[in-house]
Amino acid sequence: MKAQPSVSTCPDQASTPLLVVDALSFLENGPYSFSAGAGECVGLSGQSGVGKSQLLKAIVDVIPHAGEVYLGGVACAGIPAPEWRRQVALVPAESYWWYDTVEQHFPDAGHRFLSGGWLEQFGFPPDVISWQVSRLSTGERQRLALLRALVHEPRVLLLDEPTSGLDPVYTARFENIVSEYQGQGGIALVWVTHDREQLQRVATRAYLVGKKELLPSRDGGVKTS
Amino acid sequence: MNVISLSVLDLSIAAALLLLLSLVSLRLSLGLEKRMLLGGVRMIVQLLLVGQVLHFLFADANPWWIACMSLVMLLVAAREVRARQQRQLRGVPGYWIGTASMFVSSFAVTFLALTVMVQVHPWYTPQYAIPFLGMVLGNTMTGVALATDRLTAKLYEQRGMVEQRLLLGQTWQEASGDIRRECMRTGMVPIINSMAAAGIVSLPGMMTGQILGGTPPVEAVKYQILIMFLIAAGTGFGVICSIWMTSRHLFDSRHRLCLDQLILRRGSA
Repeated sequence: MKAQPSVSTCPDQASTPLLVVDALSFLENGPYSFSAGAGECVGLSGQSGVGKSQLLKAIVDVIPHAGEVYLGGVACAGIPAPEWRRQVALVPAESYWWYDTVEQHFPDAGHRFLSGGWLEQFGFPPDVISWQVSRLSTGERQRLALLRALVHEPRVLLLDEPTSGLDPVYTARFENIVSEYQGQGGIALVWVTHDREQLQRVATRAYLVGKKELLPSRDGGVKTS
Repeated sequence: MNVISLSVLDLSIAAALLLLLSLVSLRLSLGLEKRMLLGGVRMIVQLLLVGQVLHFLFADANPWWIACMSLVMLLVAAREVRARQQRQLRGVPGYWIGTASMFVSSFAVTFLALTVMVQVHPWYTPQYAIPFLGMVLGNTMTGVALATDRLTAKLYEQRGMVEQRLLLGQTWQEASGDIRRECMRTGMVPIINSMAAAGIVSLPGMMTGQILGGTPPVEAVKYQILIMFLIAAGTGFGVICSIWMTSRHLFDSRHRLCLDQLILRRGSA
């Protein structure tokens, strides 16, 4: 069941934003429509339980939904789901680690993101990669979960309350690393947070998520892309 | 050489042992006496019935009746597999996945044994076909039930982890690989263990029966070896089939974990 007749590409590829969410609905939510261009960060806030996390999950196609999402004009349905999720990556609020060591969770432990300054900014020594997962704190897992998502070098990054377990120092560093990653160019962000000040710091545009629609919010827009 | 026929009195004395045990259970308030007696009665009735059915089948050896009997055995086994699941697959697949995987493995293995190894004529001679199928099917059923129950439970308990792996761009095969392998091992380990213990810790029932029936021990042992291999192969392939089909069914074409395909068994918490 699609809200629109299935089309594999948007009409005008050159001028369409990188991420287009078109009439996305799931369960009793939606349809939601918004877009995020390269270099933009769309902030989403809203009451607990309204379905913000589910919206992000629908965008990465990990829950059933109607409507369509486009990446650079190409429909999600036209790309194999695992490939789509590597290009449109979601960092969930709670991260899961299933192997014994940190390293086993990274597809490429020698990735440049892991040898650069980001581990250091996050307060990790270079050998964190060989640590046992069981000795990581919640906050440490949350920081490593960001890097784990980034090594796939996604073109769209969806962050679900990514700094909820971090103190102000690491929250600032987290925002900084995300911004550095986006600075590489051609990357769009969707950032879900309860924190209005964070929304004002990171978002170029913000919406309040309702059960049925997105309402423009004044919290975004301070930052310019 | 004929086996000594048992009289009704002989069986009654054996049954009296169970009665005695149930009296002791009553005294110790174990609360088992009702189930014990019911189980005893069920066993008597079921075995007497199957004795009659086998008597009828052996006299006639009509392939259609034998096919009928095999089908009943298969369907009962499939029902039993489903009944042993804490979380069952919804709807028709919940029945046919078990049925199909046990059919593919048990029937193929039994057919191979009857035609190639035992070479009895005709190949469906019930004196061979029914006991062989019964033993292979019974063990396959246990393995399939154990492995499938573990799979649905694990996928449910570890849904967060599985979803995380999908989010990182893994395919459903990668995301469920560790769980699927563990469940296959769970289903196969009992038969591997029983091969290792055979003859030392336990004298397998079939061999014991043949020896009682007057078969020379070496012949009985050869049959036991054959049946052990058949059971191991039947169980192993049945487990692999059912794990593959069940997990395939629990993920959709967009590599999503579809836990709404599972229902909690009635009466369980």
